[in-house]
Amino acid sequence: MRHVALMANGVRHELEVEPRELLVYVLRERLGLTGTNVGCDTSSCGACTVLVNGEAVKSCTMLGVQADGTEITTIEGLATNGELHAVQQAFHDHHALQCGYCTPGMVLAAVSLIDSGAATDEAAIREGLEGNLCRCTGYHNIVAAVADVAGVA
Amino acid sequence: MIPAAFDYEVAESTDHAIALLGAREDAKLLAGGHSLLPAMKLRLSRPACLIDVGRITDLSYVLEEADSIAIGALTRHKDVTAAALLREHCPIVSHAAGQVGDPQVRHRGTIGGSLAHGDPASDLPAVILALHGELVARGPAGDRAIPAREFFTGVFQTALAPEEVLVEIRVPKLGPSTGWSYTKMSRRAQDWATVAVAAVVERSNGSIERASVALANMGATPIQATATEKAIAEGGSIDDASALAAEGTEPPSDHAASADFRAHLARVLTKRALEEAATR
Ligand SMILES: Cc1cc2nc3c(=O)[nH]c(=O)nc-3n(C[C@H](O)[C@H](O)[C@H](O)COP(=O)(O)OP(=O)(O)OC[C@H]3O[C@@H](n4cnc5c(N)ncnc54)[C@H](O)[C@@H]3O)c2cc1C
Ligand code: FES
Ligand code: FES
Repeated sequence: MRHVALMANGVRHELEVEPRELLVYVLRERLGLTGTNVGCDTSSCGACTVLVNGEAVKSCTMLGVQADGTEITTIEGLATNGELHAVQQAFHDHHALQCGYCTPGMVLAAVSLIDSGAATDEAAIREGLEGNLCRCTGYHNIVAAVADVAGVA
Repeated sequence: MIPAAFDYEVAESTDHAIALLGAREDAKLLAGGHSLLPAMKLRLSRPACLIDVGRITDLSYVLEEADSIAIGALTRHKDVTAAALLREHCPIVSHAAGQVGDPQVRHRGTIGGSLAHGDPASDLPAVILALHGELVARGPAGDRAIPAREFFTGVFQTALAPEEVLVEIRVPKLGPSTGWSYTKMSRRAQDWATVAVAAVVERSNGSIERASVALANMGATPIQATATEKAIAEGGSIDDASALAAEGTEPPSDHAASADFRAHLARVLTKRALEEAATR
């Protein structure tokens, strides 16, 4: 077991984890942050995307021990004082979800993309979200929502 | 999917990582983990110990030297893509790093991990090969520079010794008469290349005098298209030279493409790459 200290959504956690525990399971099963979904479990679909130090990362492809000392944001940590984050609100406004399974990862990938300044036009948004799959094929509205927040609609 | 159990050590420095490699049985370095962890989850890889080098911040850099640019092995794809020195002096590297996987992969994966992994389908190995780059390995006996041409020895195999850490990658500064192209074909988003071509050419009076062409996913290692290079050196046209691109290769057949289709792609993509390099 290894001692890990991390911030998740602004809350400090210290816990003992087995080295082979993936970050996504540390978040879901140890911290109860079940908003982060596991889709493919093979680093492909992006459903498990969270922000590590502000950058989108597939949490099924990172060990909990690698997250020692980092700041993590999951979908539960985006809204402030009951107000949806701009990207969450835009997903709502643009009907950018159907079943919702890809949504937490998609929203966090979009936040990272917009914050990095790379969401410069529709093509860049489509490429910037290539690590996230939506099996309900709602890409059109997802791209519209992200473009809206990025101010390139 | 959960990896088989392993011991975990954090390397505080490169020397510490080398010492740990010597001290632990069946140990592997963990950099970004974006090749190693997927393999471990599938239990294709079951090292007894992981040595995490991901916290060695002094191996993440891009520096200018007299004739070359030095890239720290732990520089993430994202930082290689954005590096102003590479964009100015060796843009094929930053461009190709931006083609790796997707943003999430580029936030974690490192250039050193990409090269040390030795996957012939990866993007950066072919680019470093086309550039005749150099890889610096550090071991118990010190540093040694390995030319890219000698580095890749087989599928997932490299010239690195078990106790060596790849610390730096050196690529030449490209002058105004040098053109380049990295032309990658893949069928799905975020995928590895079905085939990719890295071309670095010397131009004079509007035509190509010399070309260095490396192919990804056309054999057990990234390989030079030597017949194409020879044809260009002898004054052959781009059309004639690119028709020879698949000579001497042994491309795999898999879900993405048959060997024949890969040979076809190598010819077509080499033509496109040389045409682009002639004007860029
Ligand atoms: C969904 C997905 C898509 C991808 N798409 C592409 C793609 O399109 N093109 C592409 O090229 N790659 C792709 N990759 C792979 C990606 O580029 C990896 O980041 C890279 O291959 C490995 O780098 P890493 O830092 O993650 O290394 P790790 O996974 O940590 O390590 C890989 C191997 O290299 C060894 N190693 C790592 N660093 C060193 C070092 N400094 N010295 C010695 N040995 C070392 C490790 O022991 C291990 O054996 C993809 C990965 C994923 C998950
Ligand atoms: S569950 Fe992590 S990428 Fe699909
Ligand atoms: S909304 Fe169903 S997978 Fe995207």
